[in-house]
Amino acid sequence: MSATPRTSPEICGMGHSMKRKEDPRFIRGQGNYVDDVTLPGMVHMAIVRSPFAHAKLKKIDTARALKVPGVLAVITGETLAQYKLHWMPTLMSDTQMVLPVEKVMYQAQEVAAVIATDRYAAADGVAAVDVDYEPLEVLVDPFKALEPGALVLRTDKPGKKDNHIFHWEAGDRAATDRAIKDAGVSVRQRMYIPRIHVASIETCGCVASFDKAQGKLTVWMTTQAPHAIRTVFALVAGHVGLSEEKIRIISPDIGGGFGGKVPVYPGYVIAVAASVVLGKPVKWIENRMENLQADSFARDYHIDAELAADKDGTMKALRIKTVADHGYTDAAANPSKFPAGMFSICTGSYDLPHAFAEVDGVYTNKPPGGIAYRCSFRVTEAVHAIERMTDVLAQELKMDPAELRLKNFIPPEKFPYKSILGWEYDSGNYAGALKKAMDTIGYADLRREQAEKRKRGELMGIGISSFTEIVGAGPSKDFDILGIKMFDSCEIRVHPTGKAIARFGTKSQGQGHETTYAQIVAEELGIPAAHVQVEEGDTDTAPYGLGTYASRSTPVAGAAGAMAARKIRDKARKIAAHLLEVNEDDLVWEPGKFSVKGAPQKAKTIQEIAFAAYTNHPQGMEAGLEGTAYYDPPNLTFPFGSYICVVDIDRGTGEVRIRRFVSIDDCGNIINPMIVEGQIHGGLTMGMAPALLEEISYDESGNIQGGSFMDYLVPTAVETPKWESGFTVTPSPHHPLGAKGVGESATVGAPPAIVNAVVDALAHLGVRHIDIPITPEKVWRILKDAGVAE
Amino acid sequence: MAKHAIQVTVNGAARGAEVESRLLLVHLLREEFRLTGTHIGCDTTHCGACTVLLDGVPVKSCTVLAVQADGRSVMTVEGLEKDGNLDPIQDGFMQEHGLQCGFCTPGMMMTAHAFLAGNKNPEEDEIRRAISGNLCRCTGYVNIVKAVQHAAGKLQ
Amino acid sequence: MIPPSFDYHAPKTLPEALELLGRFGGEAKILSGGQSLLPLLKLRFAEPAHLVDIGRIPGLDYIKEEGGFLRIGALVREAGLETSPLVRSKYPILVDTASVIADPLVRNLATVAGNLAHGDPANDHPATMLALGAEVVATGPKGTRTIPVAQLFTGIFTTALAPAEVLTEIRIPIPPLGSGGAYVKLERKVGDFATAGAAAYLVLQGGVIARAGVGLTNLGPTPIKAVDAEKYLAGKKPDEATFAEAGRLAAAATIPGADRRGSVEYKKEMARVLTTRALRIAARRAGGK
Repeated sequence: MSATPRTSPEICGMGHSMKRKEDPRFIRGQGNYVDDVTLPGMVHMAIVRSPFAHAKLKKIDTARALKVPGVLAVITGETLAQYKLHWMPTLMSDTQMVLPVEKVMYQAQEVAAVIATDRYAAADGVAAVDVDYEPLEVLVDPFKALEPGALVLRTDKPGKKDNHIFHWEAGDRAATDRAIKDAGVSVRQRMYIPRIHVASIETCGCVASFDKAQGKLTVWMTTQAPHAIRTVFALVAGHVGLSEEKIRIISPDIGGGFGGKVPVYPGYVIAVAASVVLGKPVKWIENRMENLQADSFARDYHIDAELAADKDGTMKALRIKTVADHGYTDAAANPSKFPAGMFSICTGSYDLPHAFAEVDGVYTNKPPGGIAYRCSFRVTEAVHAIERMTDVLAQELKMDPAELRLKNFIPPEKFPYKSILGWEYDSGNYAGALKKAMDTIGYADLRREQAEKRKRGELMGIGISSFTEIVGAGPSKDFDILGIKMFDSCEIRVHPTGKAIARFGTKSQGQGHETTYAQIVAEELGIPAAHVQVEEGDTDTAPYGLGTYASRSTPVAGAAGAMAARKIRDKARKIAAHLLEVNEDDLVWEPGKFSVKGAPQKAKTIQEIAFAAYTNHPQGMEAGLEGTAYYDPPNLTFPFGSYICVVDIDRGTGEVRIRRFVSIDDCGNIINPMIVEGQIHGGLTMGMAPALLEEISYDESGNIQGGSFMDYLVPTAVETPKWESGFTVTPSPHHPLGAKGVGESATVGAPPAIVNAVVDALAHLGVRHIDIPITPEKVWRILKDAGVAE
Repeated sequence: MAKHAIQVTVNGAARGAEVESRLLLVHLLREEFRLTGTHIGCDTTHCGACTVLLDGVPVKSCTVLAVQADGRSVMTVEGLEKDGNLDPIQDGFMQEHGLQCGFCTPGMMMTAHAFLAGNKNPEEDEIRRAISGNLCRCTGYVNIVKAVQHAAGKLQ
Repeated sequence: MIPPSFDYHAPKTLPEALELLGRFGGEAKILSGGQSLLPLLKLRFAEPAHLVDIGRIPGLDYIKEEGGFLRIGALVREAGLETSPLVRSKYPILVDTASVIADPLVRNLATVAGNLAHGDPANDHPATMLALGAEVVATGPKGTRTIPVAQLFTGIFTTALAPAEVLTEIRIPIPPLGSGGAYVKLERKVGDFATAGAAAYLVLQGGVIARAGVGLTNLGPTPIKAVDAEKYLAGKKPDEATFAEAGRLAAAATIPGADRRGSVEYKKEMARVLTTRALRIAARRAGGK
């Protein structure tokens, strides 16, 4: 699936399926996750949560709780208000309660925290905190929340007279309206992409330890972005004496992130406050229900889309209006200038001359969020819209959906391609990926089989999704979080014996950075990857970076790794020239050594050069062999792919069975094929899950439905199909290694392939769209209404 | 509430502890015995991150009381490696990239280890059913199945 | 999640257990496999002062045919039932049932008796035991009594067992030649409760149905014995039309509640579809296929 590696297996640079360097500790149970951290004198924190979605907080009575053996303290909003720490800013410049003083805004919101000698006593303490609430009217429907005269939820915001958060738009509204009006055919479809939760198997938590004598705060926490967290803590708590050089954030091994470990949750802040107040280390580990009920959600987009084309199927215009339910505050994890993330990638893989997209954010009585669920910012929503609309259009035109796609793809010769909504796609060969997927799965044969089955009353469907992702945020002119530009960093030190340590500003949560990054350094310096120690996650040692999410590690930090290595190579060349007594220009590099042009036997290995850097460096040159790079990407990367899904439907129960699923991905040059394929498998599973199983919803009183693993249906190995994954390689022209991000492509691309397959199976019954998750009952209802249920 | 003095053989070694009635086995292992390879991922007996072998049988240690293990043997992920030799299932997970974040991995390996003891030549769907009490969010299970097959091959 | 405090007792004999249960009355809960009870305690949905662990009482872990019954002791685990050679050869309906309960790890501890005694209408064995005409043996301070499973479930999470009684044995009449049973469950994923489940048992004689049993899972406040369907089936030919009508009658006996797994209408329809499917498999098995 990729070109022959340039380096030997000993060096193990790009293209080698190196076994992971992190595995030896994990397979022995020697990982170090946050709940494994234990400090002398450590106490435990547990949180009291609201049973109501909207209520006035009348009284918190802690007397009974304080009598529970082992309970040391109960922290309330009043406690934090003394230090002005009861509110905190969100990444989107909104505000969020740490602990409430006046009212609660969603079910499971933090109300108080109990500190106790062990987690059992803390749990008993939580059960003994008596809270008196006065329930208030609840707003769960974002459309009702937008109606004039609707109850205003954010009474804390002076002058706020409605529940509208933001309006965002991209494109030329008038031109798009005209193009739709003038087009030969147009289709319109509403679709809802429901709330879901990343549900990483490790929940969130922290151990906060404030050392009074040194004034130093150390926090081990489940975070995908430790450096940004440090700065946020310094900004939020500067007024109580926390200074950035005295804050150390350690992100230990992380048991899955998927975007859910980007935000700052109130629990972290309370634990920090508790440690400062009590002078003891405080551990807080969420349980699963808290994790699902209170931590940041993903999706929750109500989309109304229109796609117009000529009668021959040439796409002309796309118009999308979206209402985004953000819960009670806008705590989305987007770059600052992008309140709707990169939703404007919604023109997808198609050469659309006109498009207009708008999103309105709304407050409701639900937990805040708007994080990714293993995708770049709002890209899954955008891809769902365009890939569904393409099928709806194909149906309207009675065209094969593959043919319609092939007709409208941006052709390879148009790259770099400037999309009508303003992105510059770096590279792509969309038809190549789709044709490979069609060949792999046997598309024509499947269509024949389907026609025969349909005659017999059997239901099978074939669905395609040809997605374009947008990852690797991002160029500093557009991308920042709270003003901090979205560069990332790497610092490499080559030791005298030619081994190296490389530190990065990102943080792996399972992606295998310790291996992949080592291979990047190996590729660039020829130092065996086995001898490149990769470290991340400790803000006292790693260079500043914005962290790992939105598939940005390889595009940004990986590039920083290559650039830092190249700086070292530049110096190594000077040292080699000195050692070989030739001019720098007379040296040629091959992985691991410099040799003299025309005299290849005259060479110095990187190991020899490293030794010389400490023992025999040229006069006038600094000793040592180190390189640091802060990489500001010139553009984003645009991975893409085509997926084809085949489903069979049970006419009695409405159950959907995925018979086959072929994925063809293109993420540019591949660093570790084994890891990339693993990322695709995982991503496909997290694409299938919301398509068929997962959903968080609320009843009219704001009670969460799906708030535990009893109801939040994370797929097991039985529901998960045997993925068939393949690749094409179209390098990124601007990334130093030609690579693109990959961890999230499959989560983005898979859902519409599945929905398109199910709709395809039912299309002859007049079905044009089904909202996810496609439950057996939704399908059964269609079959029943059409009179074909068993 | 009375405490109970219990004796448990953990990874072959006799261990004693004074426990509250309500102490969960997973907390005994993680907090009393500091065997932190066994993880906790849910509250409702769904995820299997806490899987250990109780008298050789894989169980969810968050749904067993520590006192219930009195007089019995427990094997955790820390007990898989013997005399410096990895268990075939550990090697399988490494060779076939059967893990990513590593959090579900100990539980998954304990289930698979016990499964292979009773089924030397499993079909793919038998493996998938056997591990269906263990949730993995990262891998999509394909490589976990391969890891189990890899171990089965080595055991033959 | 952390259970509330309680005292734990591990009697070594049944009389000792009965004595403890008698002493604590409603303050005690029986701990057996614990796979339903411990999650309830962790969620603090129940706060018993005492747990009486019957797991250490010897002699209750048997599966045997004796006196015209398949006898399943109180401590037989689901995994034990699923893998028992006797059960696998003669009682495929029990394998159907045990193999779809929760997940394999839960089944390593969960007991068959507990699945009945818990009184949860979402549990799977009740439907099967209703279809098979099973009875349970309850042992209490005054000795033992048998309770037909058809009389065991008195309300949601309540049974005819007294607080001081232990369900010590399940008795399933040994099926005659020409009989067969099947359990079919619709679940969203492994580990989920049934959207609906149907158990069917048929005794065929001379090409007609001599006797039939139909039980339903999670389709009302208690497990349901579909009596009208059973009566209708008796004397009929085991064909598609018969099964379809029996499915309709079974559905008519349900009173499901709407939840995330489905609406009332859907669940009633699934009762029909699954009953029909279970009957079809049962008939095939009764025919020796």
